[in-house]
Amino acid sequence: MYPKLIVEEAYKYFPLRRSLVEILTFRRHRYVRAVDGVSFAVNEGEIYCLAGESGCGKTTTGRLVVRLIDFTAGRALYMPRKEVLSEIPPEYLVDGKYVNLASRLPRYVDKLLRRDVQIIFQDPYGSLNPRMRIYDILKEPLDIHGMGSTEDERRETVFRALEEVKLTPPEEFAERYPHMLSGGQRQRVAVARALILNPSLVVADEPVSMLDVSIRAEILQLMLDLKATRNLTYVFITHDLAVAAYICNNIAVMYLGKIVEKGPIDVVINNPQHPYARALIAAVPEPDPRNRFKIRELPISGEVPSAAHIPPGCRFHPRCPYAMDICKTEEPPEIEVEKGHTLSCWLYARR
Amino acid sequence: MSSPLLEVRDLRIYYYTLTGIVRAVDGVSFWMAEGEVLGIAGESGCGKSTLGYGLLGLVPPPGRIVSGSIVLDRTDVTKLRPPELRKVRWAKVSMIFQGAMNALNPVYTVGHQLAEPLVLHRGLSVKEALEVATDMIKKVGLTPDVLRRYPHELSGGMKQRVMIAMALLLKPRLVIADEPTTALDVVIQAQIMNLFKELRKIERNAMILITHDLSLIAEIADRTSVMYAGKIVEIGSSDEVFGNPLHPYTQGLLRSIPRLREKEKITWIPGVPPDLRMPPPGCRFHPRCPYARDVCRSEEPPEIEVEKGHTLSCWLYARR
Repeated sequence: MYPKLIVEEAYKYFPLRRSLVEILTFRRHRYVRAVDGVSFAVNEGEIYCLAGESGCGKTTTGRLVVRLIDFTAGRALYMPRKEVLSEIPPEYLVDGKYVNLASRLPRYVDKLLRRDVQIIFQDPYGSLNPRMRIYDILKEPLDIHGMGSTEDERRETVFRALEEVKLTPPEEFAERYPHMLSGGQRQRVAVARALILNPSLVVADEPVSMLDVSIRAEILQLMLDLKATRNLTYVFITHDLAVAAYICNNIAVMYLGKIVEKGPIDVVINNPQHPYARALIAAVPEPDPRNRFKIRELPISGEVPSAAHIPPGCRFHPRCPYAMDICKTEEPPEIEVEKGHTLSCWLYARR
Repeated sequence: MSSPLLEVRDLRIYYYTLTGIVRAVDGVSFWMAEGEVLGIAGESGCGKSTLGYGLLGLVPPPGRIVSGSIVLDRTDVTKLRPPELRKVRWAKVSMIFQGAMNALNPVYTVGHQLAEPLVLHRGLSVKEALEVATDMIKKVGLTPDVLRRYPHELSGGMKQRVMIAMALLLKPRLVIADEPTTALDVVIQAQIMNLFKELRKIERNAMILITHDLSLIAEIADRTSVMYAGKIVEIGSSDEVFGNPLHPYTQGLLRSIPRLREKEKITWIPGVPPDLRMPPPGCRFHPRCPYARDVCRSEEPPEIEVEKGHTLSCWLYARR
């Protein structure tokens, strides 16, 4: 089987603003290296998790895949749904079934892809226009993409989408404004908006972290149900490893723009190898009051450095309890410790 | 038994807004022993932060304490006049505010801000105050050079450590921590929780941990209380509340938390918390409760002690 999405050595650098003095003295541009050589593959029908702390580049990676921002370098091969694929002229295809999301594409191909790759944002309070009714929010993508021949048809599509995310009766919800809905209901509108164009890949950027604990499970279940009925593939971005463990199939743990460890979720959660992944998993609190008698073992010290000043060698070495000389100068290679479970750390490299 | 450190009785804090009276805290009673850690859990808008502010006499307008008493160390905080309250505040009860990022004053150095309460409350000279501050800053795991820095030079985790140092500076008997780690990353959160655990052994102060995250409460609290719509629905030792939750809301909350290593299906509580301007009659949880009966819709449930120290308000457990 061919993967749905193959990201190869993706880079995204954001230039920092230079001061007047720096411009006048022709100082070189400095960059925030938000995504710094990331590779992973997502299989069709799976939930692939990008996990890490803030500033690790997980959201930037997600935005690259949806093409809200352009790649600085790298390649991302995406296999669209069959109907979409047949509309793309062969000169833009790789191997006859992939489109390179990092390449320049003509407008109409671009538009086709936007229909097929959608995103759910983290904050349902910020992602819905407060001046638009739910009906207009959901109808806008249909108008833009010219879906449905008549107004009635579009209306029906909107109502069906609302029913699908269990906002019933749809006639009533359609007339409301976002402020009249609770956080959970808003996030369901955001899910409906992402799915209304019938995409096959959805990037979910922390879809439940702004919601109350008691309703998180509801959104997660909704996403799982929709995945099953519509044969979706998700790229799920989260900082919460317990949520990742609950719904994902594979996980990539990111640190400062690079993937440090990736593999099947159970393997990575139960047997993490990279010192950073180990610390991250050890730090997850659990609802067991016996924990209060023990101090959590967190061998790593300090905090994540800025992505504008990435340490040389292994970028984790200043915080790593096992750092050796080689870690300070050379970037670790990617090593496969068992099938499908890879990590980048000198501790595991045979030299 | 010796008298408790803190005893809150039938506390009511309402916000008088233009669109109605918001009953944020509506008849809350609990007590705390010396040196104990109490966790207060609840969803956003359940009144848990208002309760925390109320204990310091810091309810922001248009809110005010309507009735009830807060007896801290034999003084009723609600009866104090502002000048007296200022003496109690920080010296006897201090607070670690939500969002450490914004709680520090950006135009003063950390040292200046740490010295201030010592100068005001203890009458120390600035030099003496800085010495005390240096000791405290070491205790929270920072280096003394932090005192000369401004807040923007520190990372989020360091700022939160400064806030903790500030809260402990006057050796208060009670520290209220309102969502102390919410804005922080997981690893930093775990470091801060470790720090709390270490500090409680040294400082022996009591602490109230207010958070929406039951897992964090399990990390440190001796006793756990669960708030819903302005009321405490269940309170008991953490072992009891987590091991044998009885109130349907507590049960629902615990079942909605995904675990790292268990694949048990998580569930959710249908519906949304009520508007506190017009809470539902009877038990406030009844519109979302799977076990709601007629009595729940009309009468408020009494407080029932099911086991020593484990009380809850639910008709399911009331003997009639």
